[in-house]
Amino acid sequence: MTRPKTSKTEAVVLRQVPSGEADALLVLFTPERGKVRAMARGVRRPSSKLGGHLEPLDRVTLLLAQGQNLDVVAQAHLLHSNLGLRESLEALACGWYLADLVDAFTPDEAPNPALYDLLVEALGWLEESPQPALLLRWFELQLLGLAGYRPEVYRCVACRQPLASQGHAFSLPDGGVVCPDCRTGQEALAPLSLTALKVLRYLIDNGFPQARRLRWEAPLSQEVEVFLAQYIRYILEREVRSAAFLHRLEAWRRRSAAPATL
Amino acid sequence: MTFPSFFPGATPVVRLIEAFHRLPGIGPKTAQRLTYYLIRTSPEEARALAEAILGVKERIRFCSICQNMTEADPCSLCGDASRDRTTLCVVEEPLDALALERTRYYRGLYHVLHGAISPLNNVGPEDLKVAELLERLKGGQVREVVLATNPNLEGEATAMYLHRLVAPLGVRVTRLARGLPSGGDLEYADEVTLTRALEGRQDMR
Ligand SMILES: [Zn+2]
Ligand SMILES: [Zn+2]
Repeated sequence: MTRPKTSKTEAVVLRQVPSGEADALLVLFTPERGKVRAMARGVRRPSSKLGGHLEPLDRVTLLLAQGQNLDVVAQAHLLHSNLGLRESLEALACGWYLADLVDAFTPDEAPNPALYDLLVEALGWLEESPQPALLLRWFELQLLGLAGYRPEVYRCVACRQPLASQGHAFSLPDGGVVCPDCRTGQEALAPLSLTALKVLRYLIDNGFPQARRLRWEAPLSQEVEVFLAQYIRYILEREVRSAAFLHRLEAWRRRSAAPATL
Repeated sequence: MTFPSFFPGATPVVRLIEAFHRLPGIGPKTAQRLTYYLIRTSPEEARALAEAILGVKERIRFCSICQNMTEADPCSLCGDASRDRTTLCVVEEPLDALALERTRYYRGLYHVLHGAISPLNNVGPEDLKVAELLERLKGGQVREVVLATNPNLEGEATAMYLHRLVAPLGVRVTRLARGLPSGGDLEYADEVTLTRALEGRQDMR
């Protein structure tokens, strides 16, 4: 397929990699083309006309000119800045994590408009929500679904029977729950309590306005978080870079008093 | 980019063009122009350039106090008794310290982080000279830390992070005023803008 020499697109900036003196390679997520890489020349100079609207998490309209290897940003217009996130380190770390997940789960040039909408929606909620843990779990599950890894949480992945109430575990390679009868003892299993399983169903089946009504206590939210991190790590076969920073801030908050070391 | 060897047997020419082209801000045309210029210069001039390059690599290191580039350790700024030792200005890169120095407004000392927090590019606080900063503050001499990280997302995040670490130590923490255009790099700001930003620095809350 050939594209015209220049094209206009909406995009969320996922990442900015400094390049040369003042340029940056942008990793963009667009509704029509999915993930796109483009060069923004001079963007790191304060005087640049592109400057200030091409930072990670910014939502922009871009005019992209087709280059030899990479598209080049010819014009940028800011639709929504990350100003709301800039004021809080936690919100920023969460926003980075959302962008990082989208980056990790998408190949270049593979359109996924629903995932674009999800990212924009989640960034919007993040600006409002002071307690983002629930948002992150909801986002992870919705993203897994849109990326083709929706966890099976209603039926046993082996015998397809509806699940009874006891003795379940999650098979990481099968991406779903296995009942006690079907377990071989060979598969990579993640433990999953019945309550956590119900939370997963609730977060998968609902939009965030409903999902955010969920009230959960620390051991349960912890279990769901650890489980999803494990599943995501299994799929990606690596750690999500920005998760480490997020965990550092969380640990900090839990200790509440500021630490004397890093 | 590779350059065709239009001169058979002139591989050194191509090698030099390619070496120039790898430098920041130098396109293929400039790389060729610099190379042809050097071919025509005297051997002495070429040797002086080569030695200057090697001199940077061999003699420049990081100051053990402020982490800035220096030939002598500690650097001339850290060793200058006339500088105000109660104020530390934290910057991302050596060039940022140089830009602030050009304003002649600031009389304190510097601390160079060598980067900003950027989890998406695999840079966490542990990759920066943060532990060295905290070590300097333990002395109790410093009363104000001016956070002069870049006015972009990574710079803001780094400032917020450092504010949390430093404020509990009872040190005043200020941030450059927002007069700086956001999204850019500090080293490209002009002196007037930077001076205003220093004058208008504010306590971080
Ligand atoms: Zn079964
Ligand atoms: Zn020094």
